[in-house]
Amino acid sequence: MSQYVVQRLTERFPDQILETHAFRGDDTVVLKRDKLLEVLRFLKEDAGLNFDLPVDLTVVDWWRKKEPRFEVVYHLYSLGKGHRIRLKVPVDEDDAVVPSSRAVWAGFDWYEREAWDLYGIRFEGHPNHTRILLWEGFEGHPLRKDYPITKRQPLTALLDGKQE
Amino acid sequence: MGLDTTSMGGSFVGTKLTEAINWARKYSLFQYPFVTACCGMEFMATACSHYDISRFGAEIPRFSPRQADLLFVVGTVSHKLAPVLKKVYEQMCDPKWVVSFGACASSGGFYDNYCTVQGIDTIIPVDVYIPGCPPRPEAVLDALMLLQEKIQNAQLDRRSVG
Repeated sequence: MSQYVVQRLTERFPDQILETHAFRGDDTVVLKRDKLLEVLRFLKEDAGLNFDLPVDLTVVDWWRKKEPRFEVVYHLYSLGKGHRIRLKVPVDEDDAVVPSSRAVWAGFDWYEREAWDLYGIRFEGHPNHTRILLWEGFEGHPLRKDYPITKRQPLTALLDGKQE
Repeated sequence: MGLDTTSMGGSFVGTKLTEAINWARKYSLFQYPFVTACCGMEFMATACSHYDISRFGAEIPRFSPRQADLLFVVGTVSHKLAPVLKKVYEQMCDPKWVVSFGACASSGGFYDNYCTVQGIDTIIPVDVYIPGCPPRPEAVLDALMLLQEKIQNAQLDRRSVG
């Protein structure tokens, strides 16, 4: 159904697309991050695409399974046209930065903060690049696969003889 | 504070006074519901007319810890919330009791992870634990009756001596 979107993207940004694939009608485009903002803006503003609903933004950690380690995943939907597309942007562990999409869809503001909080991906240009769920002073990013599973960072003193 | 029952020793007057005060206390529990998660639904069911917690004298929930003497910790407590829970507990006047409502409050439940307190008894003392995910209202009433029994059998200066 969204083959049209993939086709438009391939025509417009042939050098930005690493790969495309589809699973049961859900189309995915794997993108370079160089011109990511341009691509996102095109998806939103092009009259035939008109992706006006930022559905989800999340991260996949492929630790010890795949290189580069992280994939930033965007799910977009067009209310008017009914298009649906998934974008994936691979980023390296040492250079875990993507441009912020906050300026394109304000709705991605908190999603990017969450991705920073839990996965440690930086979103360059985000106006309020702080943790959203965990507290300031929390060490590390707990949804990374190498975060120790038993590590606890309590904020309150424990009662005598108690341990986490 | 607290009544000095030691000077009265185990005298007839002393024991009868303790009994009377404990009786009054166990039937006038003002609860502070510290509700954080889905267990709250079961707490509401217990409080409403079908199960009617007021039959046990625990009629009035107070939303200020200073007016409450029974803290119901209902649901998952995260590390971020833990200082708030501790403050609420510390603001309550003696005598005070704590009920840990459900698996999460009692042990962290299945949230064995980076953000969840592994049982509220690691940060505040607990009198009665209610198992279940979530516990049925009957279990809550059972816990309340256990607590009443505990209050009835308590020495008056138990809390103040610590």
